Amino acid sequence: MRSYLSDRMGAALLMAPLLLFLVVAYAWPFLGVVKWSFTLPTPGLGQYEALLTDDLVQSVFIRTLRIAAVVTVVSVAAAYAITVVWVRGTPAQRLIAEFCILVPFWISVLTRAFGWVALLSNRGLINTWLQAIGFTSEPLALVRNEFGVIVGMTHFLIPFAVFPLASAMRSLDDRVLLAARGLGSSRMRTFWTVFVPMTRSGIIGAAMIVFVFSLGFFVTPAILGGGRSVMIAELIYLRIFQSPDWGLGAAISVVLVLFVGALMALLFRYVRPKQLI
Amino acid sequence: MPTYRPGPVSLIIAAFVALFLLMPLLAVIPVSLTPSRMLAMPSGELSLRHYRALIEDPRWLQSILLSIRIGIVSSAFSTVLALCFSLGVWMFQPRFTAALVGFVLLPMVVPPVVSAITLYFLLTSISGFSSFFGYDTWLGVAMAHAVMTVPFATVLILVSLSQLDRRIDLAARGLGATVWERATRVIMPNIKFGIITAALLSFVLSWEEIGVTLFITSVNAITLPRLMWMGLRDNIDPAIAALSVILIIITVLVLAVRSFVARQRGGH
Repeated sequence: MRSYLSDRMGAALLMAPLLLFLVVAYAWPFLGVVKWSFTLPTPGLGQYEALLTDDLVQSVFIRTLRIAAVVTVVSVAAAYAITVVWVRGTPAQRLIAEFCILVPFWISVLTRAFGWVALLSNRGLINTWLQAIGFTSEPLALVRNEFGVIVGMTHFLIPFAVFPLASAMRSLDDRVLLAARGLGSSRMRTFWTVFVPMTRSGIIGAAMIVFVFSLGFFVTPAILGGGRSVMIAELIYLRIFQSPDWGLGAAISVVLVLFVGALMALLFRYVRPKQLI
Repeated sequence: MPTYRPGPVSLIIAAFVALFLLMPLLAVIPVSLTPSRMLAMPSGELSLRHYRALIEDPRWLQSILLSIRIGIVSSAFSTVLALCFSLGVWMFQPRFTAALVGFVLLPMVVPPVVSAITLYFLLTSISGFSSFFGYDTWLGVAMAHAVMTVPFATVLILVSLSQLDRRIDLAARGLGATVWERATRVIMPNIKFGIITAALLSFVLSWEEIGVTLFITSVNAITLPRLMWMGLRDNIDPAIAALSVILIIITVLVLAVRSFVARQRGGH
């Protein structure tokens, strides 16, 4: 029998490099950011007080929550529709659905945001067509506002909502649905009263993932919002790089982490992590 | 056995969602062919000038090479660290495993912007001591990317370890193999697909990384996404459309090959 001690040593030796790396390169600098939030520009709780009183910060927080809520509802509903086909369609339907889910998923966030700029901007596809068919003479403002941000974020987050929904729908027993149909329930009624309630854990998981992702979203709002529809993440960026106010940027980050941590804790009370993949 | 299939209403709604998902990817194709210097739809004639610009403008090539270099270094680093860690977890099942794995996964669950400001703090602190490793250096970016990708690599390797039969390791151990021999000659050959996948995913994640990169670079370490970002923020450069088309084609090809290989191997 190998000694208990050498096992402990082996585990420690193998696990140490990564743990050490993350302590030095992640945990320690995070504490540094926390320190910034209490010391810059002056020591004290001034930055946290500003969070509660500053009108700009408040409006950004409210806008972020509003956009995240809308994006969550729209993307989970859209993801649900395509996941039904991906999980329960005929083989051909499944293949098409899988293609439409996985291709955007693997394409970088920048390319996808750029695609929306190409579609929605004043000289973009949609406005060019709308003017060509005489629907409107002036281009519609579809981008550089909240609408553009919501469209782009929804597009980015649909695939992330698909995976927990798919896992819930796969584990659902076909016989229950067939029993409902056999007992005379219509397609619609079976869907709403049997299928949807049985995938509840997937819906909660998907909604939580999308909501949490939306709160810290940076690239898409920055490009499609065009600086007019600033969300929390972009505000942090602006505080660090444009109006150097590192303390406030750090304080917003700390609050964001605490908020997301609380949401995750709530999530894991209802859903087991395995159901999310 | 009959199965429960989606009805016509579900199919129509799903078709709209599918169209919505593909629309922005298709939209970049006509834009990339515009003869205009600005972002616009081509009216009549088409041109490949923006594709030529990608080859002729040295900035694009430089940033592509830099992104590849950073991707390789950070992916190698994060894969090796993740592999050692996962082997330690699997072979020794130490106490507090759940807490330790949870700690390793933090960069994956913390909002990326918070990781970005954290890594910005780290690299600006390092810059105080060293000029070639820190803020706005390629090594600094590679290290920051390793922090961001290591949770994904760890998850992939742990998942493939969890499918491995413990008895082959017990057999090796019973026959007197050392820890090193068990790891390199028994366990690793059996999870090599997991390790390769982890390395590839780390590379891809580093190659596309923009959220953190924006915080830790300014003028020197311009990766490809960083250059695209600059072209998107100011005057929108249609060369980005040409680049996007190329990236989309590569993605579609890789996914097609992957699903073909998966079918051949009989997996899902």
